[in-house]
Amino acid sequence: MSCFTSKYADELAKNAAYIGTPGKGILAADESTGTIGKRLSSINVENVEENRRALRELLFTAPGALQYLSGVILFEETLYQKTAAGKPFVDVLKEGGVLPGIKVDKGTVELNGTNGETFTQGLDGLAQRCQKYYEAGARFAKWRAVLKIGANEPTELAIQENANGLAMYAAICQQCGLVPIVEPEILVDGSHDIKKCAEVTERVLAACYKSLNDHHVMLEGTLLKPNMVTPGSESPKVAPEVIAEYTVRALQRTVPAAVPAIVFLSGGQSEEEATLNLNAMNKLQTKKPWSLSFSFGRALQQSTLKAWAGKEENLKKAQDALLLRCKANSEATLGTYKGDAKLGEGAAESLHVSNYKY
Amino acid sequence: MSCFISKYADELAKNAAYIGTPGKGILAADESTGTIGKRLSSINVENIEENRRALRELLFTAPGVLQYLSGVILFEETLYQKTAAGKPFVDVLKEGGVLPGIKVDKGTVELNGTNGETFTQGLDGLAQRCQKYYEAGARFAKWRAVLKIGANEPTELAIQENANGLAMYAAICQQCGLVPIVEPEILVDGSHDIKKCADVTERVLAACYKALNDHHVMLEGTLLKPNMVTPGSESPKVAPEVIAEYTVRALQRTVPPAVPAIVFLSGGQSEEEATLNLNAMNKLQTKKPWSLSFSFGRALQQSTLKAWAGKEENLKKAQDALLVRCKANSEATLGTYKGDAKLGEGAAESLHVSNYKY
Repeated sequence: MSCFTSKYADELAKNAAYIGTPGKGILAADESTGTIGKRLSSINVENVEENRRALRELLFTAPGALQYLSGVILFEETLYQKTAAGKPFVDVLKEGGVLPGIKVDKGTVELNGTNGETFTQGLDGLAQRCQKYYEAGARFAKWRAVLKIGANEPTELAIQENANGLAMYAAICQQCGLVPIVEPEILVDGSHDIKKCAEVTERVLAACYKSLNDHHVMLEGTLLKPNMVTPGSESPKVAPEVIAEYTVRALQRTVPAAVPAIVFLSGGQSEEEATLNLNAMNKLQTKKPWSLSFSFGRALQQSTLKAWAGKEENLKKAQDALLLRCKANSEATLGTYKGDAKLGEGAAESLHVSNYKY
Repeated sequence: MSCFISKYADELAKNAAYIGTPGKGILAADESTGTIGKRLSSINVENIEENRRALRELLFTAPGVLQYLSGVILFEETLYQKTAAGKPFVDVLKEGGVLPGIKVDKGTVELNGTNGETFTQGLDGLAQRCQKYYEAGARFAKWRAVLKIGANEPTELAIQENANGLAMYAAICQQCGLVPIVEPEILVDGSHDIKKCADVTERVLAACYKALNDHHVMLEGTLLKPNMVTPGSESPKVAPEVIAEYTVRALQRTVPPAVPAIVFLSGGQSEEEATLNLNAMNKLQTKKPWSLSFSFGRALQQSTLKAWAGKEENLKKAQDALLVRCKANSEATLGTYKGDAKLGEGAAESLHVSNYKY
């Protein structure tokens, strides 16, 4: 059978399509405890549960922000947390018309015999975990596979192993009612040019969709979270229109029309860069049978974090900063962003961290 | 490299897009000498070169017909033939705005150890042959891979071998300036239902596009010639709308948007059935980032052959019959066919031949 239909088939297709609603996108707030610790320490805030909870409450209750979001990805701890007043975060999101999502992978592990390439773990007991997450209110999941570009990378082994892992995860999610976001991130690190990134992206995405087909995943109930096609971090930058052209062409060559939406990762781009690039893609006049939106972590939260600095008196300022970026990215999904978002401190700052691990 | 650009890249993309012009399609007139012999004998005509030439002249000079065609596939012998008045067929076609195409495969051979599954031969010296065909005026090529549905078929071996052969052929064609039509025909023979056909079609097409990516084929410069998704020949028929739904969904799940056009084979359907099914697909309101057209052999020529019966006095009658079917199929590519084509003798007759070999 090419496509094994789960009892959740209609619901999966409906939720996946909803996430791709024009004008909306995803806030990736699923930083693991270790990673959010780095963010908090950059603004001199202690990495304790209460601070992690307070930060996420700041984000999810920011006035006016939720209308621009169709989903928020959560870390497991956050799925069960509440506002200070005692309201579960999942209820805050649902009431705001936002689907809660859950990160289900357990990080990357080096592939033996390779030059630092990795695979992603998290398949053990995944079905049981997904069932519990569904019961807790999650309706989509995320699993991040990581590849890199180098003289001999990515190798065929790394591509196959990561594509296979993504497909196994996706099939299990669908059996449990969670829309799987398929994320094959090709790191921006390197001195390669945009053509090289395009070639690798096309090769990786082709492998992913072959695997998904092999594993009987129903594409109508999935989302793709790819990198944009850009020059390497050590190479000269190019205009958003160029990034848009190479990115959309790579997707046209590999992503079947049945996929309802593509939600880009920001991968170290500054808030403003990420928005401008997404906007350029949506302005492009060409075949785009999937909606093009965002699933941004750093590129939505950077200004907000800096404005907050962990101080309650900065709450409004921080929430205003988030609203600004959400609205800008919402416009970018419609191709109507004018680049006029009042730039918060840090909005134009590169968020690139070498060999990024969550 | 994901996509190896040949010096013909722009020309390939332009020609492939032209073939997909709404309102136009392909006449498959590439029957091998043996196969055309069977057609001729069915109307009591001797299988000699002059009769083969006369039949093709009848087709290519039929008044009003060429406007509905963007391409005609020829057998090698025909590529070098002329009208009785001495005009090369390729010139007749070009002047009519029709691209000449050429069948380049050399038929199927059984795969050892399988239950009657086959691979397609023709790779030896293919580059040289393609160069000569290009010089003779050909601008696209065709290669037919054949798979069948059975208790254990198609096997992974058959799928891989045929997908690989198609990809090798396609890459060579592009290097020589010929747009490759990729034809992975899944025979209609069998008692399976439409769901089974859909599953197999999705699996086969996914394998084809993975192989094309592996072989660095530029999808913008290719065409796909698949079977429609239907019940097996021994199963009850279903409505055109059902065939349309299953077929288009299978394509949405596997064919990247970069492919400009999909030109269906008729595979034994009657002339009228094939037209009605194509029309239903073009009426369907759903994502279709490639145009949906025809590449019909039997389903365009059946009435014409019967009307001709090899007699010169029947020329006009025969050419009128061809015009009727070309116009009907042209309307079907636009979703405007009303089913009112004056049915020629045999138009509603099934053209199914068990285990069809050209």
